[in-house]
Amino acid sequence: MSPGDGYQLPLRLAALGFLTVVVQITAVSQITVFGVSADLSPLVVAAVGLLAGSLPGAVFGFAVGLFVDLALVQTLGVTSLLFIAIGYGAGRFRELRDPAHGLVPLAVGAVAAAVSTVGFTLMQFMLGVRAPVSWELLRQTVVTILLGALLALPVYALVRRVVQGSLPDDPLRRRRRAYTTGGLSPLQRPSAGR
Amino acid sequence: MYDKQVRRRRAVLALLVVVSLILLTAYFGESPGSPLHSVQRGVVTVLSPIQEGASRALKPVRDLFGWFGDTARAKKERDQLKAQRDRLLEEVAGYRAALLENRQLYNLLQVDDNGLQDYEKRTVRIIGRPPNNLVSDRLQVNAGSGDGVHVGDAVLADGGLVGHVSTVTSGVSFVTLITDPSSTVAVKVLDDAGDFGLLKPSVGDPLDLLAQLLPRRARIRLNDIVVTAGFRTSRLDSLYPPNVPVGRVTKADPEELQSQQQVHVSPIADLRHVDFVQILIGPTASGQQRAQVGAGGPAGAVGGP
Repeated sequence: MSPGDGYQLPLRLAALGFLTVVVQITAVSQITVFGVSADLSPLVVAAVGLLAGSLPGAVFGFAVGLFVDLALVQTLGVTSLLFIAIGYGAGRFRELRDPAHGLVPLAVGAVAAAVSTVGFTLMQFMLGVRAPVSWELLRQTVVTILLGALLALPVYALVRRVVQGSLPDDPLRRRRRAYTTGGLSPLQRPSAGR
Repeated sequence: MYDKQVRRRRAVLALLVVVSLILLTAYFGESPGSPLHSVQRGVVTVLSPIQEGASRALKPVRDLFGWFGDTARAKKERDQLKAQRDRLLEEVAGYRAALLENRQLYNLLQVDDNGLQDYEKRTVRIIGRPPNNLVSDRLQVNAGSGDGVHVGDAVLADGGLVGHVSTVTSGVSFVTLITDPSSTVAVKVLDDAGDFGLLKPSVGDPLDLLAQLLPRRARIRLNDIVVTAGFRTSRLDSLYPPNVPVGRVTKADPEELQSQQQVHVSPIADLRHVDFVQILIGPTASGQQRAQVGAGGPAGAVGGP
């Protein structure tokens, strides 16, 4: 492991977070589907949590949320709180359950979109923003969640491609390390090394 | 080792949450000129060129997705407009048929003198006018009781109401015009609802008639026709037969209608330049009187001015 390997993941995640927010603000938010626009940020945070674990997920969520709040001139801390929950929750889900099904990112993406949409709305209400609670709001929330679920899989694939090779226990990396150090399979690794 | 990892994870999580809450609380309680807001504005300033560049670079992507959305929306809108067009065509066809029918019926009514077939129309010449029509707006015509003219007979000109005979002598009569200050005519505005009101000349400009006591929410539009209302009770008949055109609405201000319940009406007949008028000499039922609404009871008296 080269000395620069420890910085690879943070650097890639920083670039990913920056690009995500910029693309979200400049392009994705301006495209509406059934009257709502998709929000890629919680999907990316959830994907990072799923791939990198709870701690990187939470930190990434905090950073992306703070950046979103800064860029959109919103109340600082609101999106950070929500994204911390999303990143940490996705990471813990992966750590505790170790899901292998191919559709897990879809379910996690839907939950992330729901937490983001509903949580943001609730927090805005709590902060005193007066908005009419109507069936239209409910409809938009449901459509946003469905849209998030639809986009979750491609977003997950993209995020995996970006962080591939820089994760601490990346399968490719494990295989490569085992091959170069004498053929130890992941199952044969001593538990103390985890 | 595991406990250490767990403690570290939990500590970082708690730290992040606390920082977020501190930021939220501080930002929420701050004024717009405070440090956090300044930092935010600085970040936005720094980001704006990047966002602008990214926005330009990503415009084709937006346009592409927008094209799909616009196409779907345009198709839906096209279908809606087609359905609306078909519905409107049906309505227009119905309206045209009704208009044609209305014209034919109107012509028939014209032939029947607007339902005035019971009246004898006598065309008479105007032989005199008062000098000051602001105080008394009357005409003197060359027909009197000897010609069958009665007090209260309606007088028309140019297809519209002029006034009524207020004074009769044997050879001449005096016609009080609808622009006379004492004149009040019960009218009906031919708007959607057929609202009733009373037509009186406005003070200082007799040719500007005011249809008053109209409903406040009446939907009266410009150029709506105003006709005589006409009424018939067991003891009292209207001075004028119903549905005689009187004027056109020249000003229908909703605020004026709301506050004063009136619209402005211009008489159909050219009252200042007419040379001949028609007197409607009709049968008066026995035991009945003819009345002018709000004009101080039965009009006129037989005798000279």
